[in-house]
Amino acid sequence: MIEIDLRETPVRALNQRLHDLRPDSNERAFRVLHPMGAHAIAVGVTQPVEIEVDGHAGFYCAGMNQAARVTIHGHAGPGVAENMMSGRVHVRGNCSQGAGASGRGGLLVIDGDTSSRCGISMKGISIVVKGSVGHMSAFMAQTGTLVVCGDCGRDLGDSIYEAKLFVRGKVESLGADCVEKPMRPNHVEKLARLLAEAGLDLDPLEFRRYGSARRLYNFHVDHAASY
Amino acid sequence: MCGIVGLFTKNPSHEARLGELISAMLVEMTGRGPDSAGIAVYRNPAPDDAVKLVLFSHDDDFNWQHLAKELDAELADKVSLEVRASHAILVVHESFEQIRRWLRERHPELRLMSAGHAIEIFKEKGLPEEVVRRFHLQDVQGSHAIGHTRMATESAVTTEHSHPFSTGMDLCLVHNGSLSNHNRLRQVLRRDGGIEFQTDNDSEVAAGYLTWRMSQGASLREALEAGLKDLDGFYTFCVGTRDGFAVLRDPIACKHAVLAETDDWVAMATEYRAIARLPGAENAKVWEPAPAQVYSWGRAA
Repeated sequence: MIEIDLRETPVRALNQRLHDLRPDSNERAFRVLHPMGAHAIAVGVTQPVEIEVDGHAGFYCAGMNQAARVTIHGHAGPGVAENMMSGRVHVRGNCSQGAGASGRGGLLVIDGDTSSRCGISMKGISIVVKGSVGHMSAFMAQTGTLVVCGDCGRDLGDSIYEAKLFVRGKVESLGADCVEKPMRPNHVEKLARLLAEAGLDLDPLEFRRYGSARRLYNFHVDHAASY
Repeated sequence: MCGIVGLFTKNPSHEARLGELISAMLVEMTGRGPDSAGIAVYRNPAPDDAVKLVLFSHDDDFNWQHLAKELDAELADKVSLEVRASHAILVVHESFEQIRRWLRERHPELRLMSAGHAIEIFKEKGLPEEVVRRFHLQDVQGSHAIGHTRMATESAVTTEHSHPFSTGMDLCLVHNGSLSNHNRLRQVLRRDGGIEFQTDNDSEVAAGYLTWRMSQGASLREALEAGLKDLDGFYTFCVGTRDGFAVLRDPIACKHAVLAETDDWVAMATEYRAIARLPGAENAKVWEPAPAQVYSWGRAA
């Protein structure tokens, strides 16, 4: 485990070192000490390395992650794992707003709660929140899956496209064009797989599914031949 | 973009370090507000029959000693004076209304930064680090303080446009965000509320609004809750009071805010990294204030 202390090493130097890693490098595991809420820790990593952040992270931690497995042993600020492409980001504490925003792939696991707009504009990422999420989560969510084991704040899934939302607790209110949908066997299977990946022993049948009513679309699939 | 910091100490050992701690928090928020910075600190309460004022002069050579003598001779004796850079702290045994009238007549060139018993507001253009140095803020001791680093979006960069804004006796406001209905609201408050404004700054309107609400009998909490209906825009507010501070975010809550508490202190900041500078921060309870909800701390509470 390579230890990098952010009291001595600037975040830019840390990120440069991570970006310079080659597939054949034998540097496979890093521990970031004293993050002190610094922004942009471990963004844009493209190699399948392990990164442990030993404390609270600031904005955009593990953003644009590709292949790395990042664990934050603390809380994370706004935009954790934003635009993640693949890999896995695990936050042991709570997250601020916009967790997993516009993420395209990979798995984001949050042990605590998030504030507003979790999974805003998500595009393929899987997000599993063990606690609750704030208002306007999954706003304009395009594809991917958001699993919330706790409750959701107001306007869940406002203007949602084709993302799938699974909620175990209460939903304060649904946003425009977001509706409850039946849990079919394929949804139960998908959810069970995600819960297992996140290390959660919960019954998928305790969850409700929400998605788009498809009334806000400009494009209507029945008219596809007309375009 | 702006930065807000607030620190409320729960024990005397931290009171002695208030200036050092709030200064470190303020400097950490430089990236969010390099245009100007300000701080409101609550310390050395004036006697009940006196009022503490902080005045600002554009003239670096302004003779504050002479002003104190004038006040002493014409209005009230036992005037105490402390000069900190472009600002002066005066404790005067006279009613606030009398002093304000006298200042308007005799020294219209001076700006009133704050008034009350414990509050002292210092604010200036420049990097937070320079502002801290100029006012020797690191040496300040006291029970609590709030600060602001400004990146101007709505109005000019001057000392008067900087935060905190006084909102009445021992009260002040710092704001991160922008208000969209401030012009109309300023007109209404001037016309119907008799509120005076020094600048065209949107945040000063929020301060004036709270002043007006409280002059109508509202508590601080009631005034803030009424603000949720009347103030249109984006905001995280931190309001300094004689006993503590209060925090409010707008219902959309785009403007960042984080709160933290230990047995020794309560802190508020726009970003956690400002709080990370405080002793024991790594073990503090840290959380994000919910939208449209008033949070407050105080010795009396």
